[in-house]
Amino acid sequence: MTEPTSAAPEPGLLCAKCQLPLAAGKVEASYLGNTFPVDLLRCPGCGFTYVPEELALGKMLQVEQALEDK
Amino acid sequence: MDGQQVRDWESRCIEEQAPACTAACPVHVDMRGMMELLRKGDFKAAHALFARIIPFPAIIGHICDHPCESACKRSAAGAAIQIHQLERACVDAGFAAAPFRTNKQLAKKRIAVVGAGLSGLCVAAELGVKGHTVVLFEARPEALARLRTYDPQILPGTAIDADLARFANTSVEFRLNEEIDLASADGLAALADQFDAIYLGLGPDPQPALAGVLALAADGHLAIDALTFATSHPKVFAGGSQRYGAGYSPINSLQDGRYASLSIDRMLQGASLTANRDTQGAQPSRLYVNTSRYAPLPAVIPADPERGFSQAEAIAEATRCFPCHCLECVKVCPFLEHYGAYPKRYIREIYNNETIIMGPRKTNRLIDSCTLCGLCAAVCPEDLAMGEVCLSARQGMTAKGKMPPSHHDFALRDLAFSRSDAFVLARHQPGFERSTVLFYPGCQLAASSPEHVENTYAHLCATIDGGVGLLLGCCGAPAQWAAREDLFTESREAFASEWRRLGQPTVITACSSCFRMFTDHQPEVPVQSLWSVLERVGLPAGASPRAATLAIHDPCTTRHETAIQGSVRRLLDQRGVAAVELDGPGLTTCCGFGGLAEFANPAVADKIVDRRIGQNDADYLTYCAMCRDNFARRGKRAIHLLDLVFPTAGDPAARPDPGFSMRQENRGRLKRRLLHDLWEETVNEPADRIELIVSAAVHADLERKLILHDDVRQTIVHAETSGEKLIAPKTGHFIASHRAVSITYWIEYTVEDGRYVIHRGYSHRMQLG
Repeated sequence: MTEPTSAAPEPGLLCAKCQLPLAAGKVEASYLGNTFPVDLLRCPGCGFTYVPEELALGKMLQVEQALEDK
Repeated sequence: MDGQQVRDWESRCIEEQAPACTAACPVHVDMRGMMELLRKGDFKAAHALFARIIPFPAIIGHICDHPCESACKRSAAGAAIQIHQLERACVDAGFAAAPFRTNKQLAKKRIAVVGAGLSGLCVAAELGVKGHTVVLFEARPEALARLRTYDPQILPGTAIDADLARFANTSVEFRLNEEIDLASADGLAALADQFDAIYLGLGPDPQPALAGVLALAADGHLAIDALTFATSHPKVFAGGSQRYGAGYSPINSLQDGRYASLSIDRMLQGASLTANRDTQGAQPSRLYVNTSRYAPLPAVIPADPERGFSQAEAIAEATRCFPCHCLECVKVCPFLEHYGAYPKRYIREIYNNETIIMGPRKTNRLIDSCTLCGLCAAVCPEDLAMGEVCLSARQGMTAKGKMPPSHHDFALRDLAFSRSDAFVLARHQPGFERSTVLFYPGCQLAASSPEHVENTYAHLCATIDGGVGLLLGCCGAPAQWAAREDLFTESREAFASEWRRLGQPTVITACSSCFRMFTDHQPEVPVQSLWSVLERVGLPAGASPRAATLAIHDPCTTRHETAIQGSVRRLLDQRGVAAVELDGPGLTTCCGFGGLAEFANPAVADKIVDRRIGQNDADYLTYCAMCRDNFARRGKRAIHLLDLVFPTAGDPAARPDPGFSMRQENRGRLKRRLLHDLWEETVNEPADRIELIVSAAVHADLERKLILHDDVRQTIVHAETSGEKLIAPKTGHFIASHRAVSITYWIEYTVEDGRYVIHRGYSHRMQLG
C-alpha cells in the first residue's frame, strides 16, 4: 500500500501551547487496523501533529478509501 | 447473497439476449454488429464479421432467404432493415473470404460426406477446419450444382467460385462424379466401415430405396432428429433439403450442416448429442426494445435495384438500425448509467464483490450508490429491481464487516441524533390521557419545516376527537437502507415501545418513507398518510390559490401508493392549484436521498436530482421534505404540500435547503418549543454554546464535507479549553483539531468579540499517533 506523503511544509506554524515552530517528524497513522509511518509536521514539545487539508482530502482520503475496499 | 437468487436476478436482465434479427437467423449472424460497422462505412470489418459465421459468404450474401428481416424491430418504426441487401453490399464490396485454415487435431477422424450441396459442404468445412479427414462424394461433376442453376444476376458464378476457393489447401478431398448406391452392399454399410462418421446431404427427393438401411419418415424422406440431425444409424447424420422437401432455404441448409457437424464432433468425442442446445436455430428473442422511442424512417431504395445498394445507400440503410437494446432502466436511472453497463453485468460484479477472496472490493461504492427507488423495476419488462440486489449486497457487506464506514456514518449519526433525547418526544395531546391517533411527522419534516409540524399538529388536534398524540423520532429508514439490521431493529422497537405506551393508536405520518417502513416492517402498527387524513378532516381555511401551475413530484416511496397519490391531487384541487404531471407517480424518481445514495456517492445523487429538476420549468410540488430540500439545494424552486395547506406571506418555493446543521438544530428547537408551548414544561436551551460566524461560502463547504456546526463547536471548545491548537502567524488564524469517535475534525478560526469566525474546516478518518 502507498503511504501518504508529507504535506508541503508551512513554515511559520506555531504550537500555541509550546510556542514552538512545527518540525517534520515521523508519526504512526492507522485506519481499520492498518498502521504505517507518515512524515508530518509536529510540535517538538507536545507532539501536536498537523494534517493540512490537501493531505486530508487528497492522499489520506485515497488511502482510507482503498483500505475500506480491502 | 444466495447464488440461486443471483442467477434468477441475472436471468431477468435481458440486455444480453440476441436481437430479434440474430435470434431469427438459423445460424445467428450478428447483424446488429454488422449494422454498426456498416453505418461507420467499415465494409471490410462488416464482411469479416459476416464471414466469421457464414462459411460461404459470397453465396449466402446473394441468396439468403433472410428470415431475419421478418423479425426486425424497425418494422414498427418505418420498415424492416433490408439486411439481406446489406449483406449483399458487403460481399459486393470486393472482399474475398480467406481460405479455410485447418487446425491441428490430435484425435484425427475420417468423415464421409455424401452430397456436395450447401449442407454437405458446410459439414466438410466445419469438420475439415477442425483437422479431421473429410472425403466428399458427389455424383455430379461439380459441387453446388444446384446453385449453378440460379440466374447469374441473382447468384453470379464468380460468387460460387469464390466460396469454393476457400477449400484450397485444405485436406477436404472432393470425389466428384462418384455416385454411391447407399442401399447396396458397397454403400452405407461399407462407408460406415471405412469412416468414423457419415453425413448425408441427399437433396430434396424421398429415399424409398434406403428403406431397409435407415429409418424413413412417413413421406419417404430420411427420419432425421430435428435437434441433433441424427438418423437411425449411430454413425450417420443427415440434413439439408432432405428435411425441407421442395421449399429450398439456403440458410436452413447451412444451419443443418453447422449443427450436424456439431453432433458429429460430439459423437466422435463421446459427448452428449443433446446437452446445451436450447439456443440452437431460429427462435424468438427475449430482448425488449421500446420501438416507440424511435421516429419512423422509410427504407432506403437503391437507385439501381438490380445492382443493389451503393455503398452510400448501404450506409444510409444500416444507419436506420436502432440498434436493438433494452436498457430501459439505464435510460431512466443516472446511477445505472453512471457505471457504464447494465444490470446483468452489475449483478455479476456485485456477486463477485461479495465472494472475492483476494483483492479490492471494487463494487462497494456502486452498491451503495443505488437509491433503492424502484424505478428500474417499474420500467423493466421483467420487473427486475436493482434496489433488491443492492440491498441484499449491503446486507452481505455489513454481515462480513466489509461495509466501508465512510459511506453511511454521517447518516447513521444523524439517525442517532433523531433517536436521542434531543429530539424524541412522545405525548398525549395536552388535556388528554389517551390518543385515538398519533401524529408522527418524521424526522426530516421536523428538520426542514418545524413550523409545519406545529401547524399540522394543531390542525389535527382541532379536527380529530378523542386525543391526538404526538411522537417525534425516526422510523429507522436510514438504518434499513444502510443494512444495519441491529440499528433498524432498535429503532423499530423504540418506536413500538412508545406507541404501545400511548395505547397503540393509529399512526398518521407526514413522511412517505416512514409510511413505507411501517407498512413493510411493522404490520402491527395501523398507519395512515397525513394526506389521506387531511382529505378526510378537511383543510384549514384561508388560503388563496396560486396563480402558477406546479409540476407534481411524488416521492419514490409512494410509487405504488395510489390512494396517497389520489389524496394529494384532490388536496391540490381543493386549494385551487393547477398542477401538471412529470412522468406520473408510477415512474417517479428519487431525489438522491433514498438508500443514502447522496452520502455514498454525492456525484451520482446530484445527477439524479439534476435530471429530475430539468424535466419541467414549473415550480415543483412534492410531499416529502427531503425531496423538496434536495431540489432547492440544486437550485430548483420547489414547495412542500404543507406550504399550500398552511400558506404564509413569503415565497415558499424560494426557501433554501436548510442543510445538515440546521436540520439538527431545527429538530432540537422544535421539541423544546412544543414542550414549552403545548405542555408548558420548562425547557433549558443548551448551555455553553459558543457563537459561530460562518460565511455562506464556508457554510456550503462544510455542508459538502458533512461537517456540522456542532462538530465545529466541539473542536473549538476542545482547543480553547486544552490550549492544543496551532497559530499561523501570518494570518493570525488558529488551527484546531479534535477527534470525535471515528473522525478527526480540523477547524481554522479567529476570535472576534468572543465569537468564533470560521475560515475553513475539513476532516479525515485516519487516526494519528
